[in-house]
Amino acid sequence: MNLSVMSNEKHHIVPYRLYIIILLALLVLTFSSIGITSIELGKFTVAGALLFAVIKSYLVLVYFMHLKYDKPYIKLMVAFVFAVFVVTIVITFLDYLYR
Amino acid sequence: MHTSHAENEANYLKYKGKYKGLLGWILSTDHKRIGLLYLYSIATMFSVGALLGLAMKFELLAPGKTIMDAQTYNATFTVHGVIMIFMIVIPGLPAVFGNFLLPIMLGAKDVAFPKLNLLSWWLYVAGVFLVLSALLFGPGTPDTGWTFYAPYSFKTGTNLLPAVFGAFVLGFSSILTGLNFLVTIHRLRCPGLKWTKLPLFVWTIYGTAWIQLLATPVVGITLVLIALERIFGVGVFDPALGGDPILYQHLFWIYSHPAVYIMILPAMGAISEIIPTFSQKHIFGYKAIIASTMAIAFVGWLVWGHHMYTAGMSGTAQYYFSLLTFIVAIPSAIKVFNWISTLYKGSINVQTPFYWAISFIFVFMIGGLSGLVLGSLATNIYVHDTAFVVAHFHYIVFGGTGFSFFAAMHYWFPKIFGRMYDKAWANIGWLVFFIGFLALYSPMFYLGMMGMPRRYYDYLEEFHGGNILSTFGSWIMVTGLIIIITNLVRSARRGPKAEMNPWHGKTLEWTVTSPPPLENFDEIPVIAEDDGPYNYK
Repeated sequence: MNLSVMSNEKHHIVPYRLYIIILLALLVLTFSSIGITSIELGKFTVAGALLFAVIKSYLVLVYFMHLKYDKPYIKLMVAFVFAVFVVTIVITFLDYLYR
Repeated sequence: MHTSHAENEANYLKYKGKYKGLLGWILSTDHKRIGLLYLYSIATMFSVGALLGLAMKFELLAPGKTIMDAQTYNATFTVHGVIMIFMIVIPGLPAVFGNFLLPIMLGAKDVAFPKLNLLSWWLYVAGVFLVLSALLFGPGTPDTGWTFYAPYSFKTGTNLLPAVFGAFVLGFSSILTGLNFLVTIHRLRCPGLKWTKLPLFVWTIYGTAWIQLLATPVVGITLVLIALERIFGVGVFDPALGGDPILYQHLFWIYSHPAVYIMILPAMGAISEIIPTFSQKHIFGYKAIIASTMAIAFVGWLVWGHHMYTAGMSGTAQYYFSLLTFIVAIPSAIKVFNWISTLYKGSINVQTPFYWAISFIFVFMIGGLSGLVLGSLATNIYVHDTAFVVAHFHYIVFGGTGFSFFAAMHYWFPKIFGRMYDKAWANIGWLVFFIGFLALYSPMFYLGMMGMPRRYYDYLEEFHGGNILSTFGSWIMVTGLIIIITNLVRSARRGPKAEMNPWHGKTLEWTVTSPPPLENFDEIPVIAEDDGPYNYK
């Protein structure tokens, strides 16, 4: 097994303060995403909700899931998954926008 | 008689661990035993699915009611589809041969998460029982087809929920297997086994694992939405409540088209192993095949809309999907050309796996080219929902995955069971099966082009001749199947002992005993700089 390899990897100790800041940011963003629904944004309503969701997901991935401290290829894989997701949404809208 | 520790672990089939008998298998975390658990489960379900298929062909032997009424026919093709797709061809090669061979091909002792691997099999079994419960209990067997299309899937009075939930649970099994394989390939390659030295079967498992991991959750959520529609009437897909039934088709095919590549990529991987071994020659265009594998995995993700040309989608989207469908044919063709080029000037050793591999290329080509007829907008409208689609689909999914599965089975059988099958009977079985396959599905191309719709238990008199040939073909094919399975089952127990490397293969599984020891390698192998999976001198 690659136990020796695994034990050689660096473990980052993240201060609690940072976690609390991120948690508070997530809470603020959650309430903001609820609050924004009271504003009439027309066809941008969904875009607004998605924007908040994206920022929240980013914070969770980067700090809580330690993406910030991972190797570049792991970051690349996550970026690739997001790219596939975006492409899938865009293609689906080729139907809805032109129907 | 007591066996020594070393003898106990020298053969994974005879290993006696904490549990004995059946428990020693169903609670084993050994990747090889789990591979065989999948093999036996899949073979059992395949016999059920094949019997249902046989019954359908018998119904179509003559116009009008032959052995079943319309409702029973609808239920039969639904259950046939759900079993064959979700329980056989999707887990198929990755779950059986991926589990058995991946760690050995990587020079590892097991997959990265052995317990998660066992959980995947248990989830598979749970999913199977849930789907079967839909058949046996409740108001009636589901009749929606395996696609569970909205709005009918939440209107039908049949017992759909257990089937949908079963497919959902089967999806989890697939996701966990994909995750396990991805981590295994990234983390457990033996020293010296660089990405550019991986066997092509491993590369196809890698591409497949990505699709399993990313696409399966989409269908999971979609199936949950179907359940919510049925129970609470939430209105996402129901046009009466402002929903969009075409959205269901988008979400369903975002998974289910890439699922075709979950089936076919490992099938291509197995062929990419067999062709060089039986040509005793380095595979032609190794890196081109890798690039094609990943291109198929990626572009195949983006073409789902070609299932929906007649559904009411926008014209712009139709053009787009048609274009990309044609593009995805290119990497598939590259692979075919590379396999053929590998044969050129090779020392060809004509054995049973080779027959299966060559016939795979033949049926896959016909399936692939007929796919272009369906990918083209104009011709698609003409043959949509006809027997032509059924023929194309079976040429690809059964012809592709099925032929490759049998090729892989006959190739790795001596490694898996440590015994050799009767080669003469194996060749006869292949020939009968191949003839039956062609007779069963080829007439459907003609019938479809003449306008015979699919999913009807009845047809016009003018389609009678083609249907008779097709039904006769199903009997020939099942005869072949019986010969093949009888030979393999008998040989697994009583066949002559197999050598370590009967086909003179070069990948790592041929360096361990047949059958392999419990943890595959006494010492983790090291791949030399000038060594590789297809180094035939």
